[in-house]
Amino acid sequence: MIRPVIPLLTAALLFGLGTYGVLRRRNAVLVLMSVELMLNAVNLVLVTGDVLRPKVTGQVFTLFVIVLAAAEVGVGLALVLRLFRLRRDINLDQVPLDEEPEPDPAPAPVLDEEPTR
Amino acid sequence: MTLLDVALAVAGLLAVAGGVAVVSTKQLVRAGLWLVVALGAVAVEFLLLGAEFAAWVQVLIYVGAVVVLLLFAVMLTRAPIGPSPDLDRPLLPALLVGAAAGLGLAGLFAAAFGRLTVPAPGAGTAQKLGTAIFDDWVLPFEVLSVLLLAALVGAIVLSRRESTR
Repeated sequence: MIRPVIPLLTAALLFGLGTYGVLRRRNAVLVLMSVELMLNAVNLVLVTGDVLRPKVTGQVFTLFVIVLAAAEVGVGLALVLRLFRLRRDINLDQVPLDEEPEPDPAPAPVLDEEPTR
Repeated sequence: MTLLDVALAVAGLLAVAGGVAVVSTKQLVRAGLWLVVALGAVAVEFLLLGAEFAAWVQVLIYVGAVVVLLLFAVMLTRAPIGPSPDLDRPLLPALLVGAAAGLGLAGLFAAAFGRLTVPAPGAGTAQKLGTAIFDDWVLPFEVLSVLLLAALVGAIVLSRRESTR
């Protein structure tokens, strides 16, 4: 016999931690890591739900969520790298949401140069 | 409390501890490594709940690919080695919303499932899962493959250099 409340409580706490991290962190990569925590909490709830019933629908959805998370992280990191290349900074606080990007940056400050390591 | 319950509780504590470290550490690379702890503990919970295939996919995709990708991003954005002072926003709103979400959900689950015990799950088989995917969920499965392709193309387009225009 097992108590399904144990993994469910774990999932609830992980989700809360993920929410906290998304709101608390300023660095874009850390925000993505917190999103991964939230997605894992959801996966844990889905897998726990399968213990209660004979079907395995929850595990099917867990696999789907894992694939979605992989896609999300791929595109998200491409966005983060793009942001870093544009602004030399991935602080989410400092992304100007109301600023139109310049159509053709004539001096081309950072776009054309190889990032020096 | 059976042995399985104790194992689930230990893995859960490990996952939550890893999660706390991910959202509170001052060092970027260590956040990625703590994420491995949290995700690995969740994979252990999957194993204990009889979801072997989901557990190994979790290890392969999450610990193997996603965390490596995140660490790549940390390195490519030239994160400093050592503590960074400016990683955090103000504490109060985040704490409020995070605690409300986490403790609220925990209370809900405890109230709904607190006394429930179910028979321990037997050894899961990938066969059952494969039958379910390719019988009932085959259309979402195919749509998901198209979505992965779209994400792949999108990531390539986004990370192309501007100067190649």
